[in-house]
Amino acid sequence: MDAFLLQILNGLDKGSAYALIALGLTLIFGTLGVVNFAHGALFMIGAFCAVTVQRILSLSYLTEDPTQKDFLGRPLQVATPYVESWFGTDIGSAIISWSVPLAILFTIPIMLAFGYAMERGLIKYFYKRPHADQILVTFGLAIVLQEIIKLFFGANPIQTPEPDALRGSLDIGILLGLDANAIIYPIWRLVYFFFSVAIIGGIFAFLQFTTFGMVVRAGMADRETVGLLGINIDRRFTIMFGIAAAVAGLAGVMYAPINSPNYHMGMDFLVLSFVVVVVGGMGSLPGAVLAGFLLGILESFASTTWATTTIPGINQIVIYLVAIIILLTRPRGLMGRKGVMED
Amino acid sequence: MFGLDSKDTKLLIVVALLVILAPFILNPFPTDSALAQFNAGYPDLMQRFVIFGIFAIGFNILFGLTGYLSFGHAAFLGVGSYAAVWMFKLLSYNVIPAIALSVIVAALFSVLIGYISLRRSGIYFSILTLAFAQMSFALAYSVLSNPKFNLTNGETGLQVYPGDPQVLHHEGLPDVPHLFGIAMRDNFWEPVFGGWSFTFNNGYYLCAVLLIAVFYLSIRIFRSPFGMMLRAVKSNQQRMNYTGLNARPYTLAAFVISGMYAGLAGGLLAAMDPLAGAERMQWTASGEVVLMTILGGAGTLIGPVLGAGFIKYFENIFSKINDNVLHQWFSFMPDGMEDFMVFVLHPFIGKGWHLTLGLLFMLVVIFLPGGLVEGGQRIAALFRGGRKKRGGAEDGEHHPKPSPHVAE
Amino acid sequence: MGILEVKNVNKRFGGLQALGNVNLSVQENTVHAIIGPNGAGKSTLLNCLVGKLIPDTGSVMFDGQSVLGRHPYEINQMGISRVFQTPEIFGDLTVMENMMIPCFAKRDGAFEMNALSAVGRQKDIIERAEHVLEDMKMLDKRNMHSASLSRGDKRRLEIAMCLSQEPRLLLLDEPTAGMARADTNNTIDLLKQIKEERDITIAIIEHDMHVVFSLAERITVLAQGTPLVEDTPDKIKGHPKVREAYLGESA
Repeated sequence: MDAFLLQILNGLDKGSAYALIALGLTLIFGTLGVVNFAHGALFMIGAFCAVTVQRILSLSYLTEDPTQKDFLGRPLQVATPYVESWFGTDIGSAIISWSVPLAILFTIPIMLAFGYAMERGLIKYFYKRPHADQILVTFGLAIVLQEIIKLFFGANPIQTPEPDALRGSLDIGILLGLDANAIIYPIWRLVYFFFSVAIIGGIFAFLQFTTFGMVVRAGMADRETVGLLGINIDRRFTIMFGIAAAVAGLAGVMYAPINSPNYHMGMDFLVLSFVVVVVGGMGSLPGAVLAGFLLGILESFASTTWATTTIPGINQIVIYLVAIIILLTRPRGLMGRKGVMED
Repeated sequence: MFGLDSKDTKLLIVVALLVILAPFILNPFPTDSALAQFNAGYPDLMQRFVIFGIFAIGFNILFGLTGYLSFGHAAFLGVGSYAAVWMFKLLSYNVIPAIALSVIVAALFSVLIGYISLRRSGIYFSILTLAFAQMSFALAYSVLSNPKFNLTNGETGLQVYPGDPQVLHHEGLPDVPHLFGIAMRDNFWEPVFGGWSFTFNNGYYLCAVLLIAVFYLSIRIFRSPFGMMLRAVKSNQQRMNYTGLNARPYTLAAFVISGMYAGLAGGLLAAMDPLAGAERMQWTASGEVVLMTILGGAGTLIGPVLGAGFIKYFENIFSKINDNVLHQWFSFMPDGMEDFMVFVLHPFIGKGWHLTLGLLFMLVVIFLPGGLVEGGQRIAALFRGGRKKRGGAEDGEHHPKPSPHVAE
Repeated sequence: MGILEVKNVNKRFGGLQALGNVNLSVQENTVHAIIGPNGAGKSTLLNCLVGKLIPDTGSVMFDGQSVLGRHPYEINQMGISRVFQTPEIFGDLTVMENMMIPCFAKRDGAFEMNALSAVGRQKDIIERAEHVLEDMKMLDKRNMHSASLSRGDKRRLEIAMCLSQEPRLLLLDEPTAGMARADTNNTIDLLKQIKEERDITIAIIEHDMHVVFSLAERITVLAQGTPLVEDTPDKIKGHPKVREAYLGESA
């Protein structure tokens, strides 16, 4: 039972990331009818927003400390971050320590603007072109974004630690009334999970309860009819693209401490997120979320020692296997609607 | 000639000549000159031109004709390579059985993947093939490489070890891939004319002959009733269905043929260098063949060959250019300007080649969906001036861009 | 016994009874029109005939063989060709290529791996395609890109493609929908000509009464998924039930 719960928990953080990316993909696909191969790159850019903010906040100036000597006997050079000298050591170091959550504030406007620019500057021209062209141009964009990031940040993963206060692990077993040490779980992963749930909840509430959301949902169901009503659906869809980009970015920011960002992380996640979208059912938002978590958890179960000794490497192929089986038995995915992408 | 009409025969002869004379054509600059870095006439690079040309020709039979965009074709290239190296390990270094097996294994593999993937079309098909290829990559990289059952030798890559059986190997045969004793890596002629030197390599000519053969085959397929049916699949599956035609076997046949082309390319890669690694199957490798085909011109005969040559040539050249080279180029400018130009171009050269490639690819998809072939046609149309525009879209595919050094 | 026999066909979509106990008999070498107001189930019925939909109950026999459960391409191979409401042609191909494809389907069946012979050497196919094109007065357009044809010519090409297969039954789904009067009249003349020159049965679904009464020898009126009445055009015109259900509202 403990082991079972632990595996479910272990699957949650990856599952959350899959769910968030898949949600964005589905929003874009459902509203704009565009298959966005650059969505993983947006996730990656989000993660590098965290890196950037951490670097900016850690910007330091050097002073010589005459009381200490380095190994050559010269006065030691001490780096003091500007924020520490502005706000005092305590507040300053706290700001640096909390740079990843702080980066959220920075990421949201950046990603919204980025998504907006991407839609107006590129995607817009591809609505009427074949799906293959959309795939190709966004694939090209993904390469470009990835290489630009590599240019600035290099090819190696960059460690981006979570706040000190949220470091370490939590003994969830005790909280659940099990034995001590039964389930030890890193706090940040738990944070990531709740963060994702909050975003997913926010998106669904937004679509459900606002007029904007209602129009978008109607548009997803039947674009032409809504267009006939004289509602400026294109404008709303543009904004929706920005929101989807922001969701991917947020998923990336908060994921930075879990997996040190590197320039190709976007593509790694994208391939799996596509599988998630297809398993969940193209065009279905709940399907994307459900499949994201399910596949994340499934992957975690397949990574147990028991599973990997029985079938070596099963953890690396289980998602694909499941996707293939589901597509063959339920071609529309778990919650797919009729008529979406069926030519 | 050869069952082709005169236009196609001309095209075939041009391609054959370019391929056969490539060691000359690709080395236009004297060895000692500053421009020698733009020479591409050395065996390793020429082999890659031709092998990826074969890969792209095959991919084009699927994508160019039927419109089914496979994002997993590198998987077939990969199994081809593995099959060939296994043949080297078990039988001998002779490339004939190795290449034959790689084509056969790739065919079987593509029947399996195609049968499942082709049950869906459009974006689903792309994602299914992508999933299959990534799964194959994971299988090759780790799953099928464990002490109990080591088929792929994981990260290290599959290669021939001294302890391998090689039952048909005997004294006197070279210890490298060979064709009945002719070592693939040896050069049979290295003439020097004045400042120019050229290399004629055994392996290259094996690849070249095969390229000409499969290019010929692809022309035949394009011009056959089967090829017409494949274009019908792309154009209107509904009409096809209500015209009494079953699209599924047509697409599957195209998928398997293009898988066999990929397998042949994979086998040749192993025949030139007896090593097979999992990274050959990664989605980036699948993406590359898509790039080649689109860049050259999907659905045209010569396009994929052009695209493969173009990408492999500039990959090689761009990777070699560094800041020093740039400084040399712009040394005629005032210092500030020179530094500025180097600064601007720096991101696109050397390791930045992929950035250039990505941008180029986007530009082609946005402005020139017909690829280099369409670009060539537009330029040709400009030169023809006020004369009438071209008739049908099919019409122009026999006018490749007149740039010999990429026509490989 | 008609060439097409539909017996007790029912089809439901969720709560909607699209077809209720449809019986229909189309006699060989006649033009049979199926008319009815919007939502009467005409298209559903047609889709059941060509294999796009499978009825919940009932039988559809063509020339003594059941078509139920067969793929559209198999049904076509049995001798039923379909013309769509908006012309479905191979837009990327030339007119001649469009014509050759059905000829290949007729000669070689649903799949033939004919990958090495040149299209240009298939003399029998070319002759046949040209012959039909000539019949349809389209030979001068043979090298045109079919996507660039006018709408009327696309319709003409689609009918030509169907005819080149020498089908025993030609199904037309509102062939004049959205056409200008002149094009409509051309299409009527074309169909009349086809009728005169060939041994062919035509079943036509149509909204336009002018088309129906110019062509049909028998008419079935469908209302709310059930055949109301089946008779000759003259009788249909005077039939009180039909006037009430259909003509009344459109007149």
